[in-house]
Amino acid sequence: MSHQITVPFGPQHPVLPEPIHLDLVLEDEMVVEAIPSIGYVHRGLEKLVEKREFPEYVHIAERICGICSFIHGSTYVQAVETVMEVEVPERALFLRTIWSEYSRMHSHLLWLGLFADSLGFENLFMQAWRLREHILDDLEATTGGRVIQGACKIGGVRRDIDNRKLAEMVAGLDLLEIEFREMNKVFFHDRSVLHRTKGVGIIPEREAYDLGAVGPTGRGSGIAEDARMLGYAAYDQIDFKPVVETGGDSYARCVVRGKELYSSIDIIRQAVEKIPDGPIDVKVTGTPNGEYWARAEQPRGEVIHYVKGNGTRHLLRHRVRTPTFANLPFLVKALKGCELADVPVIVLSIDPCIGCAER
Amino acid sequence: MKTEAEPIIPTGVPDLLPGVAALRQEGYRLVAISTTTLGEQFQVDYSFDRAFSFRTLRLLVSSETPLPSITGIYWAAFPYENEMHDLFGLTVTGIAVDFKGTFIKTSIQYPFGVTTVKPGDEP
Repeated sequence: MSHQITVPFGPQHPVLPEPIHLDLVLEDEMVVEAIPSIGYVHRGLEKLVEKREFPEYVHIAERICGICSFIHGSTYVQAVETVMEVEVPERALFLRTIWSEYSRMHSHLLWLGLFADSLGFENLFMQAWRLREHILDDLEATTGGRVIQGACKIGGVRRDIDNRKLAEMVAGLDLLEIEFREMNKVFFHDRSVLHRTKGVGIIPEREAYDLGAVGPTGRGSGIAEDARMLGYAAYDQIDFKPVVETGGDSYARCVVRGKELYSSIDIIRQAVEKIPDGPIDVKVTGTPNGEYWARAEQPRGEVIHYVKGNGTRHLLRHRVRTPTFANLPFLVKALKGCELADVPVIVLSIDPCIGCAER
Repeated sequence: MKTEAEPIIPTGVPDLLPGVAALRQEGYRLVAISTTTLGEQFQVDYSFDRAFSFRTLRLLVSSETPLPSITGIYWAAFPYENEMHDLFGLTVTGIAVDFKGTFIKTSIQYPFGVTTVKPGDEP
């Protein structure tokens, strides 16, 4: 056996937007074990249900993450609405669906840029983030917020989008789709991208499933599951198939996210076509008494918001299981046996969101 | 909007590992382990999914009750079990990757182990 050394990776590292620490046990250049450690940005947000009343807590739920904020808010309200048996107006459900897909696109473009950066492909990084600005502009125009939207509330949404603006948004997405396809040509076919990602960090489908992998991380290994298939919000009225790749490597995970940009646009087109006129919220009375695990598909995969109420204005428990937390075991396995130089690419390939994972 | 049926199966500590092993045998994926502080007791929920069929095994335990690790059946349970210890102070024995209290770094020990606002005492 070769001599083993332990190399610390993170919590501060050029490819890490957020802090996670890995102890990498190496034999020569090969990683034989990776031991993760988190806790640098633990805020104990779930504990705040004891001090904030359930309607205002949505603002905290949304701040769990600065990237997939909207879907945290919408999943939290979905959990409370289910416990309270609130009938949310159809238009509000469609608006939630549209904003969720905008959130997915902005998150995927952010990740694609960071991934290109991890490969040293600066130009591609800037291209992805340039396109992301268009998505953020539409989020800002329709919700008032680029990153934290604050658009969801228990019983519906706070803002409407008029039908003229919805048509404008779809027209804008038609143009953006052309640019996405140009950008994806590089992610999918460029020799330098393939060289750094193909065959790197492979986890086959069965193992990924056993590891509890979710989202593009699992779908890149061939798991054909996507929480949107549950039919929450207005997804039960949308024709949708999950994007699945079977390579199980960093390249496959990248391709899933690249192609999901197209499926998000398609979902938005269908939602704009089908959105009914009508109210965007209902008056909610009473307090939650019961429990529910609400599941939704975030850009990084299945998120769970568990709420338990006892009939008072304060929930007994709000527990969030984020996709990054579920994908940590996958990451540990994917790093085993890789070259030290591939560690940043593999870490980024699961799109880690540490703020989310720690809450 | 569709909602899910979410059966909850009350389970005792001795029945936990056989129950989890049976679900693994049936092809269920471990979704989450969630802990809730209920006064002096802890509600520990082991949630699983198979093809969008969601179910939960529920334990009610005190902080003194050691829980057996399920990492021998679902290796991917180690982050959840370390979290149960670091945030709630529960003892889980035999975790495959045991951080011994250093997985989630908190400024106070077991911050979720007590309810600071008791139900009914809210301002």
